[in-house]
Amino acid sequence: MAEVIRLEDIMKTYVMGDTILHALNHVHLEVTNGEFMAIMGPSGSGKSTMMNILGCLDRPTSGKYYLDGKEIAGYDDDELAQTRNAKIGFVFQNFNLLPKLTAQANVALPLVYAGVPEDERMERAKQALVAVGLGERLDHKPNEMSGGQRQRVAIARALINNPAIIMADEPTGNLDTKSSYEIMDIFKAMNNEGKTVVMVTHEPDIGEQTKRILVMRDGQLVSDERR
Amino acid sequence: MFNESIKMALEGMVANKLRTFLTLLGIIIGVGAVIAMVSLGFGVKEQVKNNISRLGSNLLIVQSGGRTATGARIQAGSGARLTYDDAKAIEKSVDDALYVAPMVSKGYQVVVGNQNWTTNVQGAPPNILDIRDYTVEEGRNFNNRDMTSRTRVCVIGKTIVDNLFPEGDPVGKTMRIGKAPFTVIGVLGAKGQSAMGQDQDDVVFVPLTTAMNRLMGITYVNNITIQAKNENVVDSVQGEVEQILRERHRIKAGGDDDFTVRNLAALMDTMMETANTITMLLGCIAAISLLVGGIGIMNIMLVSVTERTREIGIRKALGATYHNILLQFLIEAMVIGVVGGVLGVLLGVASSYGISKFAGWNTVISVPTIIIAVVFSVGIGLFFGIYPARKAALLDPIDALRYE
Ligand SMILES: Nc1ncnc2c1ncn2[C@@H]1O[C@H](COP(=O)(O)OP(=O)(O)O)[C@@H](O)[C@H]1O
Ligand SMILES: [Mg+2]
Repeated sequence: MAEVIRLEDIMKTYVMGDTILHALNHVHLEVTNGEFMAIMGPSGSGKSTMMNILGCLDRPTSGKYYLDGKEIAGYDDDELAQTRNAKIGFVFQNFNLLPKLTAQANVALPLVYAGVPEDERMERAKQALVAVGLGERLDHKPNEMSGGQRQRVAIARALINNPAIIMADEPTGNLDTKSSYEIMDIFKAMNNEGKTVVMVTHEPDIGEQTKRILVMRDGQLVSDERR
Repeated sequence: MFNESIKMALEGMVANKLRTFLTLLGIIIGVGAVIAMVSLGFGVKEQVKNNISRLGSNLLIVQSGGRTATGARIQAGSGARLTYDDAKAIEKSVDDALYVAPMVSKGYQVVVGNQNWTTNVQGAPPNILDIRDYTVEEGRNFNNRDMTSRTRVCVIGKTIVDNLFPEGDPVGKTMRIGKAPFTVIGVLGAKGQSAMGQDQDDVVFVPLTTAMNRLMGITYVNNITIQAKNENVVDSVQGEVEQILRERHRIKAGGDDDFTVRNLAALMDTMMETANTITMLLGCIAAISLLVGGIGIMNIMLVSVTERTREIGIRKALGATYHNILLQFLIEAMVIGVVGGVLGVLLGVASSYGISKFAGWNTVISVPTIIIAVVFSVGIGLFFGIYPARKAALLDPIDALRYE
């Protein structure tokens, strides 16, 4: 199996006044293609920091990060943006859809920055929405949809540019149990089709549904369990 | 990406109608003001230009009273007067002078029956009508015979007819000027208002000799109007006239003239310059309001960037680069500039017409002005959009996503 993510001795350090905080403390990690992994741990343990670095939204203070075999340390902001666009699909706790755009336009957004022509964008966005069961909601604005539906739009958006990994930070955090399980079913289905999924959660029953559970505490990986 | 951004900008503007309108208003008023003001300035200029050609840029007017070395005018009447003989001498010796018209004028009450009217009565040789570009509509002009025999005849303008001869048909009737009875022998074609707002039909012309001897009782003339053959000889005619008058008035070399020759072309040049200055001034004041409009764009763009921090974070997370975001906001600022500019042109053109129609001022709308104003407003949109757009493009995606 090909290696998608490789972290070598990653540190993320915040200095505030005279206190030094290691949000990530000597983290080593390998994720192979097709894995379905949950990062768990108490609040403030560094899960989001980890996701931001894995998602190329942030750079580590030190250490090496290989994404799809490429070291991204030397990338400038625009190269990071292009990497996010091409290789990473984000799903956020609070959906982060653009309120003024329709579901279809929201889903098509990454393709705008990938330089895909409009007709193709819209067609692909439509297919992606159909795939998550929202074929009837193409023209709805986010505020006309339920939380579960919004998160499905976000998942369709994350998938649209066919990324190497899906990164989801507490994707079920704002959803009721029923919607949470529906969303997890979609992730599972995606993973069954071969997508690599990394998600942060603090809900044990959600973590249970993945194939690998990573536990963090004070910026360190304290357990890594494959099932 | 470009089309996308324009579309998004327009959608954003439609979504925030009131805010868009207020922002646009600054630019609309700015552009409109520039166009209206510059049109007005050009109008003034054109009017001056028309006046030159109407009055003839080849006119010289000689008045008694000279100027000292410092340019102060010496009171007319304190020195030698201009006489009819001065005029005759000029007419005889200056070949390039087409007409020489010595003139006297004085305010009188003119009376017909129980109607009366106060006007300026002008005594002049018959050629005054040619010089002033009047036509005789009814009856005839007075002639040289009237001049030699000093007949009491007059030629009057439409305003006089309207006020003193309500029944019309004044030719042959008698009109009293002051106490002296005059026969109306001609009526002039209407000329309307002059550029200076004077009623050019409120005129009474009588033969110069009659006016001097039988009306006003004077032996001098007030001024001498000279028309040169063409514009090229105006200066040489002026020189000759000055020469003759200095000789006739026995002014020694180095002495100050006791008369002044006014050159209308020179006067018009000065007026043109003034008109240009006015245009510049009006344009600058209007441009300042356009600048204020630009600051309005910057203000609203800054608000927009703050409001849409989260949107920017989302776009960046999804792969928008610095340039993508910069372009998006710059285009928004430019769209405001373009839309404001176009609406401003409409406002400016409309108010130019309004000024012409209701204030009666001449305005000239020039296409270059419109183009410059629109380009300027787009430029202002760009200039004042750059700072907010850069601010947006430089946002850190994590901070932006976390923004509530
Ligand atoms: N920009 C920042 N500046 C300073 N400290 C930060 C910053 N971001 C995160 N932290 C700190 O790093 C630690 C890890 O945060 P985070 O990764 O958000 O934890 P989690 O997502 O597991 O709750 C926390 O103590 C947090 O306060
Ligand atoms: Mg977190």
